[in-house]
Amino acid sequence: MKDELIDYCLRLGDSSLILSHRIAEYCSKAPILEEDLAITNVGLDLLGQAENFLNYAAKLKGNTTADILTFKRREGDFRCLHLVQTPNTDFAYILARQFLMDSYHQILFNKLLNSKDETISGISKKAIKEVNYHLDRSSDWIKRLGLGTKESNDRIQNAINNLWMYTDELFTDNSTDLSMEKNKISPLSSNLKKEWSELVVKTLRDSEIEVPKDVFYSLKYGKDGFHTEYLGYILAEMQHLPLLYPDATW
Amino acid sequence: MSSDDQGILWEVFIQVKAGRAYKHVGSLHAYDKEMAMKSARDLYTRRNEGNGIWIVKSEDIVSSEAIDGEAFFDPSNDKVYRHPTFYKIPDGVKHI
Amino acid sequence: MENERKLEEFQQKIDANIKIEPKDWMPEKYRQTLIRQISQHAHSEIIGMQPEGNWLTRAPSLRAKKILMAKIQDEAGHGLYLYCAAETLGVKREQFLQWLHEGKAKYSSVFNYPTLTWADMGAVGWLVDGAAIVNQVSLQGTSYGPYSRAMVKICMEESFHQRQGFEIMVQLAKGTEEQKQMAQDALNRWWWPSIMMFGPHDSESAHSNQSLKWKIKRESNDELRQRYINKTIEQGQHLGLTFPDPNLKFNEETKNYDYSPIDWDEFWNVVKGNGPGNKLRINHHIKAHEDGKWVREAAKAYSKKINLSKKIA
Repeated sequence: MKDELIDYCLRLGDSSLILSHRIAEYCSKAPILEEDLAITNVGLDLLGQAENFLNYAAKLKGNTTADILTFKRREGDFRCLHLVQTPNTDFAYILARQFLMDSYHQILFNKLLNSKDETISGISKKAIKEVNYHLDRSSDWIKRLGLGTKESNDRIQNAINNLWMYTDELFTDNSTDLSMEKNKISPLSSNLKKEWSELVVKTLRDSEIEVPKDVFYSLKYGKDGFHTEYLGYILAEMQHLPLLYPDATW
Repeated sequence: MSSDDQGILWEVFIQVKAGRAYKHVGSLHAYDKEMAMKSARDLYTRRNEGNGIWIVKSEDIVSSEAIDGEAFFDPSNDKVYRHPTFYKIPDGVKHI
Repeated sequence: MENERKLEEFQQKIDANIKIEPKDWMPEKYRQTLIRQISQHAHSEIIGMQPEGNWLTRAPSLRAKKILMAKIQDEAGHGLYLYCAAETLGVKREQFLQWLHEGKAKYSSVFNYPTLTWADMGAVGWLVDGAAIVNQVSLQGTSYGPYSRAMVKICMEESFHQRQGFEIMVQLAKGTEEQKQMAQDALNRWWWPSIMMFGPHDSESAHSNQSLKWKIKRESNDELRQRYINKTIEQGQHLGLTFPDPNLKFNEETKNYDYSPIDWDEFWNVVKGNGPGNKLRINHHIKAHEDGKWVREAAKAYSKKINLSKKIA
């Protein structure tokens, strides 16, 4: 069970970490200055969540730290979802990715408040406040883009269409999910789907964005350690200093 | 004129603690009031300064600066009887 | 005659340290100087996000990454406060951005230098922010109300920036031999540019006298520069690194540090935007602005729609 719990914490931590990294890449590139500040707050919250989950994973593993896990782990040992690895194609993609993750996080962390694992419920208690705000913000933007102009509607529709397949992973159970559910640490991922769909579909319809059809995507996912081609480049950049100077502390 | 602009200018007022007055802290640009409110939160409460936020469109503020200042404020200059220190109270009288 | 009387009254207010507010009468040249100076200051904060943003995705620890992200965010905020202060003078933010893109508005040329190693995050924070803070503390007393209020807020928030930079320098200076070299190299590259941030010598400065008389600036370039050098040399002694100036010496008579003559050729080259740095920074800003056009248009169209639907309902 301990191995699965570590695996689960890595999934949560790595997903927030990589999403935060994508937001960091967007720094100084937002459409309006106010938005640059706002999105950075989201990035900082996510980085804090990542640190909390990785600290816990490090403690469970023993003899390691959140920094070592972040900067010295190999790609195949990361457990982040594919959705967070997708690139910052344009503001619509960034926003759509954020909205899909925020809604998933809100439903997930609400459930994790009741986790039998006190550390996980504690981290979730702090995270849920942040995530509620994130979702509020990204839902606002979904509406602005969906109902704004023809161009913005086309772009957000296109982003939702192309990112939709990645949401399959969010609700697919693997052996870690089964173990977490059995030990009352988390619900099955598949159990989150209905609530998530209702939430997301409502916002999309209110914003005149069509809901794409679910499609088969993959048998193996980020949470199994099988990644998109994007992740390698993210890690090459993120980890380069600690790998280049292995004896240094930073 | 292109339709591309930086939105409307808003003024932001923050209440630091419950019970205190709202105080002007600065301005920002936003296109609608939800965005203005959220931007105010993200911009002006980064260091936990906020308990409450008011936002108002700059153009809706009526300012005395546009009026002749002397005529507007000077008449109250000589009305010192509005201030408590104007009155002589015998020593020893308390709580007044 | 009317104007002369107003000008005299204006100067009396300034001399009595009464702040000037947006709708007060002010000489046109006072307004123009402020527009130039505040917007230049705002642009510097915004362009200054780029050299640090360059290392944000490569910060070598979670702690460093968080701090750097928060610091760059503060810079965005400071740019924003300053644009708003400048707008009170009757120019819209759209216009400031256009002037920046057209090369008509300047920003602090120090941000044209590249950030080449992680130690540059230390040197930029310690030296560039350190120099900026000396200037900003002085500007809290500027005569224009909105500018002064923005400066007070900025100074309060900036206090961690320089510490963040110094902390990185300490860590590297006490680290491995390679880290120490990295720190020394960064100090070598950033020391002179940070000194030049204060602008030309008082004897050469085109705008200085009138600005001092109107209290737009409170202290001269050379006074501020000397204060920065004095405090920074003392901080640097804790690092065990060497400042790239063999003539730095404490002068018992003036109680100041003496320093070598400044290479103004380099300064003017960078100010004029020669070299790749200026184009890189401006093009980055233009691209972000153009990429965001459709988003701003959508937000505007959406706000019109909701206003309209409210009126109907």
